[in-house]
Amino acid sequence: MWHTYLRPKTVEEALQMLAEAGEAAVLIAGGTDLMLDLQQGRHPPVQALVDITEIPELRALEIRGDELFVGAGVPLNRVAASPLVREHAMALAEATSQMAGYQIRNVATLGGNVAHALPAADGAIALLALDARAEVASPHGRRRVPLADLYLGPGRSALKHEEMLVGFWLPLTRQKAASAFRRVMRPQGVALPILNTAVWLAREGDRIAQIRIAVGPFGPVPRRATAAESVLCGHAPDEATLNAAVEALLREARFRTSRYRATETYRRHLAGILLRETVGKAWQRAGGE
Amino acid sequence: MPTITLTVNGTPHTLTIDPGETLADVLRYRLGLTGTKIGCQEGECGACTVEVNGEAVLSCIYPAERADGKSVLTIERLAQQRDHEFILHPLQEAFVEHGATQCGFCTPGQIMAAHALLEHNPDPQPEDIHHVLKDNLCRCGAYPAIEDAILAAAHSLRTGEPPPPPEIPASAYAGKVVGRPHIRPDAVDKVTGRARYTDDLVFPDMLHAAVRRAEVPHGILRRLDVSKARALKGVVAVMTAADLPAARNHGVLIDDWPILVGVGERIRYVGDALAIVAAETRAIAQEAASLIEAEIEPLPVLADPLAALAPDAPPLHPSGNLLKHIKVRKGDVERGFAEADVVLEHTFTTPHYDHAFLEPEASVAVPTEDGRMEVYVGSQIPYDDRRQVAAALGWPEERVHIVGQTMGGGFGGKEDIAGQIHAALLAWKTGRPVKLLYDRRESLIAHPKRHATQIRVRIGAKRDGRLTAVQTELYGDTGAYASLGEKVMTRATTHSAGPYDVPHVRADCYAVYTNNPPAGAFRGFGVTQSNFAVESMMDMLAERLGLDPVELRRKNALRVGSTTSTGQVLRESVGLLECIDRVDAEVRRLSGEADPFAPRPVPGEPHKVRAWGFAAAFKNTGLGGGAPDDATAEVELLPEGVFEVRISSAELGQGLVSVLQLVAAEEIGVDAEGVRVLVMDTDRTPDGGPTTASRQTYVSGNAARMAARVLVSALRSTLAERYDVPPDQIWPQPEGLLLGERLLRWPEVAAEMHALGREPRVRYTYHAPETKPLGEGGDMHFAYAFAAQAAEVEVNTLTGEVKVLRVVTAVDVGAAINPLALKGQIEGGVVMGIGTALTEHFIVEEGRVVTDRLARYRMPAFEQVPEIIPIVVEHPVSTGPFGGKGVGEIVSVPTAPAITNAIYHAVGVRLDRLPVEQEALTLPPRAGAKLFSSGGTRV
Ligand SMILES: Cc1cc2nc3c(=O)[nH]c(=O)nc-3n(C[C@H](O)[C@H](O)[C@H](O)COP(=O)(O)OP(=O)(O)OC[C@H]3O[C@@H](n4cnc5c(N)ncnc54)[C@H](O)[C@@H]3O)c2cc1C
Ligand code: FES
Ligand code: FES
Repeated sequence: MWHTYLRPKTVEEALQMLAEAGEAAVLIAGGTDLMLDLQQGRHPPVQALVDITEIPELRALEIRGDELFVGAGVPLNRVAASPLVREHAMALAEATSQMAGYQIRNVATLGGNVAHALPAADGAIALLALDARAEVASPHGRRRVPLADLYLGPGRSALKHEEMLVGFWLPLTRQKAASAFRRVMRPQGVALPILNTAVWLAREGDRIAQIRIAVGPFGPVPRRATAAESVLCGHAPDEATLNAAVEALLREARFRTSRYRATETYRRHLAGILLRETVGKAWQRAGGE
Repeated sequence: MPTITLTVNGTPHTLTIDPGETLADVLRYRLGLTGTKIGCQEGECGACTVEVNGEAVLSCIYPAERADGKSVLTIERLAQQRDHEFILHPLQEAFVEHGATQCGFCTPGQIMAAHALLEHNPDPQPEDIHHVLKDNLCRCGAYPAIEDAILAAAHSLRTGEPPPPPEIPASAYAGKVVGRPHIRPDAVDKVTGRARYTDDLVFPDMLHAAVRRAEVPHGILRRLDVSKARALKGVVAVMTAADLPAARNHGVLIDDWPILVGVGERIRYVGDALAIVAAETRAIAQEAASLIEAEIEPLPVLADPLAALAPDAPPLHPSGNLLKHIKVRKGDVERGFAEADVVLEHTFTTPHYDHAFLEPEASVAVPTEDGRMEVYVGSQIPYDDRRQVAAALGWPEERVHIVGQTMGGGFGGKEDIAGQIHAALLAWKTGRPVKLLYDRRESLIAHPKRHATQIRVRIGAKRDGRLTAVQTELYGDTGAYASLGEKVMTRATTHSAGPYDVPHVRADCYAVYTNNPPAGAFRGFGVTQSNFAVESMMDMLAERLGLDPVELRRKNALRVGSTTSTGQVLRESVGLLECIDRVDAEVRRLSGEADPFAPRPVPGEPHKVRAWGFAAAFKNTGLGGGAPDDATAEVELLPEGVFEVRISSAELGQGLVSVLQLVAAEEIGVDAEGVRVLVMDTDRTPDGGPTTASRQTYVSGNAARMAARVLVSALRSTLAERYDVPPDQIWPQPEGLLLGERLLRWPEVAAEMHALGREPRVRYTYHAPETKPLGEGGDMHFAYAFAAQAAEVEVNTLTGEVKVLRVVTAVDVGAAINPLALKGQIEGGVVMGIGTALTEHFIVEEGRVVTDRLARYRMPAFEQVPEIIPIVVEHPVSTGPFGGKGVGEIVSVPTAPAITNAIYHAVGVRLDRLPVEQEALTLPPRAGAKLFSSGGTRV
């Protein structure tokens, strides 16, 4: 267990602490993944925790220019309740309001959800469909990367030890565009979704002009269902197109059977259902009513 | 070591923090604020909820350092001390009045979460409460009362009026006190965080213990090296089997469970203890335990009863692997099947289940200066703990003193020895107090479970639905040790033909040792399993015969004059038909024109389909089967004028203390406040027997009542002489004894008695009516409780998701002693039954526990709780205390089959395996083959 608990007030300070302490230090945000990993021996021992929840920059949630910035350290309850998020990123509001329980959401963050790198993390899946760019700070400076570039494998983030997430940049909504999120849980066993789906789309008349679909777990790392996206793009979401989209999604996805949780067959079955539901919901929302 | 300063309940504290310390540790173990509970240490249960800077957080995963500079609010601060008065917060007041606290272990967390909710939202709707309290688990299932209490408190906070009390009808047989709703005597302590559970105790110089467990399901212990553990700084003692001073085994019925497995001996399950450690801190003890090296020669794992009964299976115990073959014979089943127009046969399976009481096991053993051993523990059978601890120390029983503590739930899971013996051995060895607290994983791995079963049912009936024969074959996985396995599987077997009068019955049950965790008592005591099988079968039969499922049950239901499968003629208190009729009427009223058992698509969402399902049940009260069923109670008039009832029976949260209080008060003729109850103390309370088999209301209730009666008559006759008033002119009043015209107040009565050299105290042993062993016919039990239930489900046919919307439940309780506590038992029973059907699945694979965290073993939370419509049916038992009989178990029994029957009616999928696997409900049912195992395979 850790001996030192550091509480930087700026990103730069945090980076410096990480650099000085080396591998023995890790970042802690809400701690809702990390504390359990430490307490249950799933995480290699650490010497120091670097608490990033007091860095104002990471707690910001605001419109900046023509983008919505959601700090990596904003508690999920604040994300879920934010009128800005509801307006510009409904899928994220829906995802964050369903994650875990109320007390956990008071401390858990999107940064932690993304950095923990589970293939079906609800927040990450919503961010992916919303085309979020992650702002990464490293000793060499800041950069913005597409979310999908942050993953190496299940539970393995591509972030380097001395790097951190500052926040997520989301495009503002435009007319006739909307998003939706839905997940299916299993009443027994761990509180991770069997399958979740987030969709963002823009309408043009009765056609889908643009669409992004994220499904978790789609494969070892969170990734968009691009084949299904291309089937839907430019078409009306009618029965035939949706069928073709589901087919494309199933061809591309690498669903697995997770023991005691769900079979691959069930996941394939749900994938079609969730795709139809979320596309339908986003389509309706984008109707402009 | 870092130093932090935080404000807790308004007071600043500066503390040095140890590595890994959490806010919960600081509050509980540094500041002694033990109202904050730890149920899981996994962020799953919400028991540790506190407010930090006004936001509800889980203190068990909140690093202590993060609280530096912050302000923390805990349960201890909600009530206010004003002048000399203690004023409860409206939430606390409402929780007390609504019966929203049962065992109370979840209560501080519930109240703190609700407090945070009301701060943000003064006028919450039920949905808001479910949203915010989503992860505040209550194993007692008090959710409906919690919701009502929060709404009442919100009203109070908005209006300044006191919280509106619940409306709970009195019993039809109510007396002055008995039969009227009463708040539980311990409620105020529980809502304020003052109630003391075992882990809340601290003794000077106390050590902490940890157990090195086998973690291997089957093998021979070849070598055990404790040297590294001994060498660790802070370790005071390490004990192995070689250090045992006396008994080597323990067990509630059969001493077959090693206290510690010795080198060369057999390991029979993953939870077997190999060594125990006492150290200065819990962390050191745990580290030391992990440093103990064990070399275990693995043996093939007997993973289920069939494997264990195979001819070449190695015997796990000297007696072999068959613990017991239990037989029930009535009439001639072959004749019965020959007479039948329809015969159906099917096999059902149920998995293990865990009690998952929110308070993990804890024991503190304290050596006393006069050479005795005190053991502080929440136990369902204090006198049996005393026997077993004494045997382990090699002492006479009187040298051991079990001091029962407030218990955070038991449900049958705190009948066996957990840490009592280990703590006592280490305390004996070190001469210092020793606390052994299980963490959640240890609790899930070590203590006995509900038996996993496989049950084949063959049922025969006439065309009109009259049953002609039922034959059952049960296999019960009793795991590594006997525990109460034989008794549990006997109940499963004797109840396996359902609550029906069947002329020909044959049941054979095999309770089998395996390398799985032991199985023992669990609310329902085996009947949960066999009821699922037979009540599923009854619905299959109704369909085959084209009969209404309720009508089929009505036709065969046990009634006065019926003979049970064991040959008992029921003479009174059989309210089953009334239960069936009233549930039926309510369901039909709620359904209006529609057939409740036909599928109804939800308007606008045709992929969601609703339907009702029905089930009935019975469950014995009391040990029965020829076992002497006695309880001794003592009642004393204390100098301050209060009557004290003393009995060792256990209060697990179920409300026994209030039952005893009311029964004694009614008998004496005083108000409830005129009686207080002391339980679970082997020095101060006489033996009430085990708290199991729904026996306490009846057996201990009668003992308390009779002791009270004898005491009152002693007071009368003594004072008659003293004051020269004929005894028939002496009447107890709430304030005292009325001697003719003159009122002698209770304190004066006590003083008079003492002055006359007569202690105002009576001890009375109540012997329950004699019962007959299985196989001899006659009365196997002195009473039975009955229930009928209907559940309405909604199945999402696209995803397979199931939601229980409403449950109508009627239960024959004899007579309601405390209608408020009864409501809690009914709601809690239904909630637990929903867990059995939908959320709980204790998975053991090849002897290894897969579900070894609360995160993997899910109990029902707010979101699973339906509207529960309770119907209390009262068919009094003439020998029961004021007509009462047990209710602790019956309600949870029929819930699972009512739900699976409803699912069948909704989507045509027959589930023959618990729990419901939603995946199986998405497969389109094939015409004519509507039977699915929940695993998704077609049968
Ligand atoms: C009971 C329970 C229920 C849950 N339910 C859900 C659920 O429904 N859906 C779901 O998706 N998840 C769920 N979770 C998982 C968890 O709560 C979420 O993943 C949460 O978002 C993690 O955020 P955190 O701030 O607590 O992360 P932490 O635990 O603080 O950190 C997790 C990891 O991310 C790293 N990290 C944190 N912040 C940063 C940063 N800014 N930059 C770089 N690295 C960082 C940490 O070093 C650590 O390795 C649940 C957890 C619990 C205990
Ligand atoms: S003890 Fe903290 S959530 Fe269970
Ligand atoms: S009262 Fe909620 S767990 Fe017992």
